[in-house]
Amino acid sequence: MRTLALSDEILMQVEKPARYIGGEINAVMKDPEAVKVRFAMCFPDVYEIGMSHLGIQILYGMLNSYEDVWCERVYSPWVDLDAVMRKEQIPLFALESQDPIRTFDFLGITIQYEMCYTNILQVLDLSGIPLLAKDRTEEDPIVIGGGPCTYNPEPICDFFDLFYIGEGETRYRELISLYEDCRDRGLSRQDFLKKAACIPGIYVPSLYEVSYHEDGTIKEMKPLEEGIPERILKEMVTEVSDTYYPDKPVVPFIKVTQDRVVLEIMRGCIRGCRFCQAGQLYRPVRERDVEFLKKYAIAMLENTGHEEISLSSLSSSDYQKLPELIDFLIEECSRRKVNISLPSLRIDAFSLDVMNKVQDVKKSSLTFAPEAGSQRLRNVINKGLTEEVILQGAKLAFEGGWTRVKLYFMLGIPFETEEDIQGIAELCNKIAAEFYDTVPKEKRNGRVQIVASTSFFIPKPFTPFQWAPQCRKEDFLNKAYLTRTAIMSQLNQKSIKYNWHEADASVMEGILARGDRKVNQVILKAYEKGCFYDAWGEYYKHDVWLETFEECGVDPDFYTVRERSEDEIFPWDFIDCGVTKAFLLREWKRAAEAVVTPNCRMQCQGCGAARFGTGVCFDKHAGVTEIQTETEENGNEGTN
Amino acid sequence: MKVRIKFSKEGPVRFIGHLDIMRYFQKAIRRAGIDIAYSTGFSPHQIMSFASPLSVGHESCSEYFDVELNSITDTEDIKNRLNRTMAEGIQILQVAVLDEKEGNAMASVAAANYLISFRDSVSLPDDWKEKLTAFYEKDKIPVIKKTKKGEREIDLKETIYQLEIREDQVYMLLDAGSGSNMKPGFVLETFCAAENISLPEYPFRVRRLETYKRTGEGKLVPLIP
Repeated sequence: MRTLALSDEILMQVEKPARYIGGEINAVMKDPEAVKVRFAMCFPDVYEIGMSHLGIQILYGMLNSYEDVWCERVYSPWVDLDAVMRKEQIPLFALESQDPIRTFDFLGITIQYEMCYTNILQVLDLSGIPLLAKDRTEEDPIVIGGGPCTYNPEPICDFFDLFYIGEGETRYRELISLYEDCRDRGLSRQDFLKKAACIPGIYVPSLYEVSYHEDGTIKEMKPLEEGIPERILKEMVTEVSDTYYPDKPVVPFIKVTQDRVVLEIMRGCIRGCRFCQAGQLYRPVRERDVEFLKKYAIAMLENTGHEEISLSSLSSSDYQKLPELIDFLIEECSRRKVNISLPSLRIDAFSLDVMNKVQDVKKSSLTFAPEAGSQRLRNVINKGLTEEVILQGAKLAFEGGWTRVKLYFMLGIPFETEEDIQGIAELCNKIAAEFYDTVPKEKRNGRVQIVASTSFFIPKPFTPFQWAPQCRKEDFLNKAYLTRTAIMSQLNQKSIKYNWHEADASVMEGILARGDRKVNQVILKAYEKGCFYDAWGEYYKHDVWLETFEECGVDPDFYTVRERSEDEIFPWDFIDCGVTKAFLLREWKRAAEAVVTPNCRMQCQGCGAARFGTGVCFDKHAGVTEIQTETEENGNEGTN
Repeated sequence: MKVRIKFSKEGPVRFIGHLDIMRYFQKAIRRAGIDIAYSTGFSPHQIMSFASPLSVGHESCSEYFDVELNSITDTEDIKNRLNRTMAEGIQILQVAVLDEKEGNAMASVAAANYLISFRDSVSLPDDWKEKLTAFYEKDKIPVIKKTKKGEREIDLKETIYQLEIREDQVYMLLDAGSGSNMKPGFVLETFCAAENISLPEYPFRVRRLETYKRTGEGKLVPLIP
């Protein structure tokens, strides 16, 4: 039996000790003597969040399928254990072997949201690994960053030896083999990093230099040495039905956020909503073969014993064989008494029919995400949802017996006016009115419940809004106040509940999202002053952050409220996510004119993603007339 | 038909709480492909009932739960299929088909025995064994027991069916009935308080050895005899 890294006394005094014991069903054990490379895969947040992440399950299974590699997991110890580990100087350990992380060859950290940046430092610190890559020795693991936030790795580039930009399935084998080879030949850490920098998708920040204009914007970013690539093209799986997918995901002992089988049906999104980073980063849309999905659904249910399966994608309604897949799942799952959970479905006759089949009589609420209150502003963000469609969907739902509707909006979208905010209230009111028009009095069981929630819009890199100024905290709160007042003045206001978010964390997320190399020192100092678990409201210390920016002489407004010029070089411009900057700029201009852009299946917009030679760009059945070629735009790209 | 399953819980999995162990077995039964019966209604769940919750941190080689099955191969097959999908430290020890008139596991529990050792962090007087024997030999041990409903005085002695010192460990057979369950730690805490032995937090290592029901004649026998 395994010996735990933590004593019984410690495990008995912390909350949920099962977070730290490993040994879950499908966790992989190997003989450390029989492998060449020890890899620790980290999600820098608490176990229940990290264990719910599909990407780690994919990479964990894939790396362990290599005979020479043992991949283990590590998460952020919760604040209670964190304090004990610091006091008693217990090094952070991997769940499977319970061995110290510092003894591993690699520490891979997935970075899914900006507010986990200080937790990266917590994991390094507790492991006893120097926080700054430049201070690491031959004894330390190679620290790798991956995940969506690494499309702008600059604010955290001092903490990583290398970043893996793009989808993880493609280059790990090559990277690990290179490492083994370098080690066998007695080469140094630095030698390995230089060679790694030449593998497609790998970015070694220490090999690049950035110079700035006087106003603080970037003048130039260039490699320090010959042979190191100037631009990093994201890695992408071209054949999503012929790639690794985990059929034995790890089954946690304790209840986690996503306690179910997750079936990723496709990558990418055809929609092109202008606020959405994922919609650009994962282009082009690639659907998995329906037979592949059926096979994995059954295998995963049998190997985990989970009682629920969920479909995952950015927009499941756009998966072309969805009816066939759902029919299959309904039949298999009812036999097995397994629930089906269907997030991100557009509300229409088909989805309501499906929900009727998969959900019991206790109707849950229906969710719409209009994102903006008026049609004009929905055109600005290119959200193709019209009021007519929303009301029609709501009417169908009310006829089907649903009485609760959730609506998601954003405040602070570029070009937003007071009328647009007023539109949020009016839309809620119209939906409530639709209920009273649709459902006769005798059939009503109380009021309809409409819950409107707003989040604050944060411009992200690689979106058409990357040029946009972000609202100040006061503007955000003022907009929330306007929304509330507008809702209160509606006829059906008693049926409408309104929730809004705190503005402080949104401001900070905005700084980190579009930050540059100067932000590293601020993150480091904020961490040293006790900031971590920033994604958890109760631990987020806004005042400490602001104070730290001031102490470091870094102006937060530079990253948020400033409008960027069309020719500004962004910190992330050296990364090529497939979509060109010229396309994004075109979309930014169309947003200003509130012009809608058709989705990828309706008409190719020549975004640049066709260069990968796969997915929707080459999907002849979808009525795509021709692929726009991009010679002119690619020419412009070189100057960025 | 009703089947009773006996399992052990040892090593790292002792830090998994009772509710999570129940969830663990719900998934294990699906993985093993056992034809379990589900309740009817809007959200069907497996018909399963556990005998006696084990405190987090305690080990055991005699945990029990009952399941209702639609069909059955044979008990050995069920045991093997479950054992093929167990986590480290959890092992299926016995599977038995229950008689129709057998009460459910939880209601049947009458007693349980434990082996307790003191952790190194506890400093015991040299003559603790004699003192503990003397403590147990008293006719009555009045003590205040805190329950969900408040405090009440009980006679601790009535809940201890047997107490023995075995080398450096303490063996106890205790009342484990649903209303009168006595925890082994509470017995030793009471003893230490009486002898002014100060205890750190988490002073004991506890292992449940067997869980018993009472026969018609009043005899204690294991839940699977």
